Amino acid sequence: MRILIVGYGMVGHRCASVLSELTAARPTHSHNGNADPVTITVLSKEARSAYDRVHLTSLFSGSTEADLSYQDPPGVEIRLGEEAVALDRAARTVRTTSGVEIEYDVLVLATGSRPFVPPVPGHDLPGCFVYRTVDDVDAIKRYAAERGAGAIGAVVGGGLLGLEAAGALSSLGLNTHVIEFSPRLMPLQVDDAGGSALRRRITELGVTVHTGTRTEAVHAGPEGAAAEMLLAAGHEPTDQRTLGVDLVVFAAGVRPWDTLGREFGLELGERGGIRVDAHCRTSDPHVYAVGECAQALDGRVYGLVAPGYTMAETAARHILGLDSASFHGADLSTKLKLLGVDVASFGDAFGTTAGARSTLYVDESEGLYKKLVVSEDGLLLGGILVGDASAYDVLKPLAGTDTALPGSPIQLLLPPSDGEAVSLGVGSLPDSATICSCHNVSKGALLEAITSEGCGTVSALKSCTKAGTGCGSCVPMLGKLLDAAGVEQSTALCPHFPQTRAELYEVVLVRGIDTFARLLAEHGEAGADPEGCEICKPAVASILASLSGRLGGPKHILSGEQAALQDTNDHFLANIQNNGTYSVVPRIPGGEITPEKLIVIGEVARDFGLYTKITGGQRIDLLGARVEQLPAIWRRLVDAGFESGHAYGKALRTVKSCVGSSWCRYGVQDSVRLAIDLELRYRGLRAPHKIKAAVSGCARECAEAQGKDIGVIATEQGWNLYVGGNGGFRPRHADLFAKDLSEAELLRAIDRFLMFYIRTAERLERTATWIERIEGGLEHVRDVVLGDSLGLADELDALMRAHVDAYADEWKAALDDPDTLRRFVSFVNAPDTPDPSIEFSTEREQIKPLLRIGHRKDLVSAG
Amino acid sequence: MSALPKSIPVCRYEDLTPGRGVAVLLPDGSQAAVFRTFAEELYAVGNLDPATGAHVISRGLTGSRGAVPTVASPMLKHVYELASGRCVDGPAGPEPAYRLPTFPVLRYNGVVYVLDDPATHSGGNS
Repeated sequence: MRILIVGYGMVGHRCASVLSELTAARPTHSHNGNADPVTITVLSKEARSAYDRVHLTSLFSGSTEADLSYQDPPGVEIRLGEEAVALDRAARTVRTTSGVEIEYDVLVLATGSRPFVPPVPGHDLPGCFVYRTVDDVDAIKRYAAERGAGAIGAVVGGGLLGLEAAGALSSLGLNTHVIEFSPRLMPLQVDDAGGSALRRRITELGVTVHTGTRTEAVHAGPEGAAAEMLLAAGHEPTDQRTLGVDLVVFAAGVRPWDTLGREFGLELGERGGIRVDAHCRTSDPHVYAVGECAQALDGRVYGLVAPGYTMAETAARHILGLDSASFHGADLSTKLKLLGVDVASFGDAFGTTAGARSTLYVDESEGLYKKLVVSEDGLLLGGILVGDASAYDVLKPLAGTDTALPGSPIQLLLPPSDGEAVSLGVGSLPDSATICSCHNVSKGALLEAITSEGCGTVSALKSCTKAGTGCGSCVPMLGKLLDAAGVEQSTALCPHFPQTRAELYEVVLVRGIDTFARLLAEHGEAGADPEGCEICKPAVASILASLSGRLGGPKHILSGEQAALQDTNDHFLANIQNNGTYSVVPRIPGGEITPEKLIVIGEVARDFGLYTKITGGQRIDLLGARVEQLPAIWRRLVDAGFESGHAYGKALRTVKSCVGSSWCRYGVQDSVRLAIDLELRYRGLRAPHKIKAAVSGCARECAEAQGKDIGVIATEQGWNLYVGGNGGFRPRHADLFAKDLSEAELLRAIDRFLMFYIRTAERLERTATWIERIEGGLEHVRDVVLGDSLGLADELDALMRAHVDAYADEWKAALDDPDTLRRFVSFVNAPDTPDPSIEFSTEREQIKPLLRIGHRKDLVSAG
Repeated sequence: MSALPKSIPVCRYEDLTPGRGVAVLLPDGSQAAVFRTFAEELYAVGNLDPATGAHVISRGLTGSRGAVPTVASPMLKHVYELASGRCVDGPAGPEPAYRLPTFPVLRYNGVVYVLDDPATHSGGNS
């Protein structure tokens, strides 16, 4: 079966994901029971993958496009920048903007909606925008930046979308006005009193609100761009006034993008939207419509993401012939923080149910307005919360259920400080209550995941149940559920230290503490056992090593007490393998090596009978070395001019490079030389996790720098710096950090970036996760590194200088120290006897470990 | 009949690094791991990692769970009590099926000895 999805917004993405998952789980199942394979194709009008449109406003507060973008579902063909232009329902084909005809067995329309722009004169002048896509946000940002600080921005529309846009403009520093036609803000969600509470709060934040006001026209200034708006409060000429503006955003609502349906004969609703049945099927049984382009069975077009998701799932299951709950309509509950003000509306917010009664709590001085609507028999029907929506998470799941309220409505509304307030914990919710409405996950399912699946953190719950991965509004509830289930979510490093790794780093730096014993005695958990554990010992060892240039001069990681702290890999300066042997990886800076040195590596491998393999980081791995062989192997390597490659350490690994301008026809800079310089500068730098880097000599990016923690790509003008990329379990492309840097600027930026990472990251946190976790995200890191927003730059520079000055090859130093060498024995009572349990077979002319128990894959994956 | 316990000299006490272990080859070809803790106590357990079959326990990191001294296997990070050999933690929680044999260990005249007494070590791995 060929499934074609038109539209790759949030709902189109969800539909593709569900179809992909379901077909992967039941590969041979199809609509009519035949075992024909399912192919899924998606057309995306935007030239970028699906992203989280709900959080578009976060692009104004430091998030990047990458933060919002979604992973493409596996096994789905995605055609970006390709729009459907014609539909032949008889032949079952769709023609696209590139002229291709795509055949389908099932077509899913997920075209979403388009912004509604009132047809007032001047609505299309330069300086007029809509607020819908990442491109819209980019255009608004650019235009506002050109206009400079103090520019005036007007938003037409005081609903949910309009207030989001107003928040965005105000975060850009614009003097912001909101123009709303109806007499109150958010007319669909809140009542008059709620609207005025909201208005009061928003006005206090410096936004000017014009309710009951029509936009009559936008007038151009001398440059031909929007400069003035004509507003009207009534129908008399005296009711008209003007407002000087620099920028206008139309956010007065959306209309279903139903063009394909309209032009090609599908039934539409009276006010637009492709009419669908309970399975989201249109009047053509081969065509489905989901999300904002569809009119549901109840005659409504849903503009919220949760109902869109439900429709996508309903359609996907029906297409594959699986049981599906039918979709008749959805709940319009919302909770938002608009311009920093909580607004929530849920269930029967306006009390339209027969016999409904309202309870109000209003505090004008605090800007609070809360209303609960209950039925005749005292059950919760809905409510409105303005100014403080903390009770929403608990009240919303109760609305419309037959669970009795845990107290009288007014008790539930009183602020907690009152002393009389009824505690509204997650405990008061029934197991059937929906916590995540995007993914329809109940409290019971989450508790099950906590108790049976052992989910002990919010992120474990997210990956196990998908709760919190849609709009994200229920994430705080997940934390509360864990608390309620008695799961402690401590930030302590381990039972021996109450601090986080970053806090311990600060303690060591500020107090100059240079031993584990002293750190534990002076700053550890009171009464903690002096042994420490396998968590804190290597973490502290790493901090001491990172700061060794600062703490009374350079120190070998195996000197004194530090020898006891290192993980086995650092302890033997090699990587342990599945049979207890070790691998040896000499440093080959930038991947450049002379034939002589290559021959030495070959000779060493041959003489010690090691297995050799080229690594992904452009160096050579020698495997199968026994502990007692390591010093002899390294003696040979060090004598030939090699040094430790730190493949065993949480430290800089390699700086990969392409051949660059010396050889390549396309190269614009000498990437090899820069890679070598970077590798020599940062070699031996201990960090919370491994650090990989690469340098590409031109934009063709042969060194794959965007997959590294530090990626450098040559430009005609200098170097572009990328940060936070990695491969691994969760691959992530690096983010562009700074452009066209000179080499001095580049080094300074990398110096500071690395030192700031080492200072603030948690244990075993790669740069990618660190950037995603740290408050303020990439923007904050950029401010610190490039703008010195924390005043740390001098110290970060000094720390890196101390590292560079203190560097010495760990293996050479180990070979020179008899005490260290004494540890490299097979048995303390038989130092020259090889471990008899280590055995090899031969495969493709090289050795291969003979395992006694075999690799425990189940445990490997769990670890 | 039961064999008599044998005292196997391991090394001098001061040759042991506090907080680390060493591997010891026993007369029957099996291996023990001897640890000296920060608290200056000695422990000896089997060197074979039950999860992978590699003889690597001596290269694990010592530590404590509460006040109970432990060692974490360097392979898949299972944590064993040094005194009892019980597996008390791991990637998927405690593994009751994994148990390290334990050996009496003593210090006499500055030398560390392991007592290889087939009658006392239980839960061996052969």
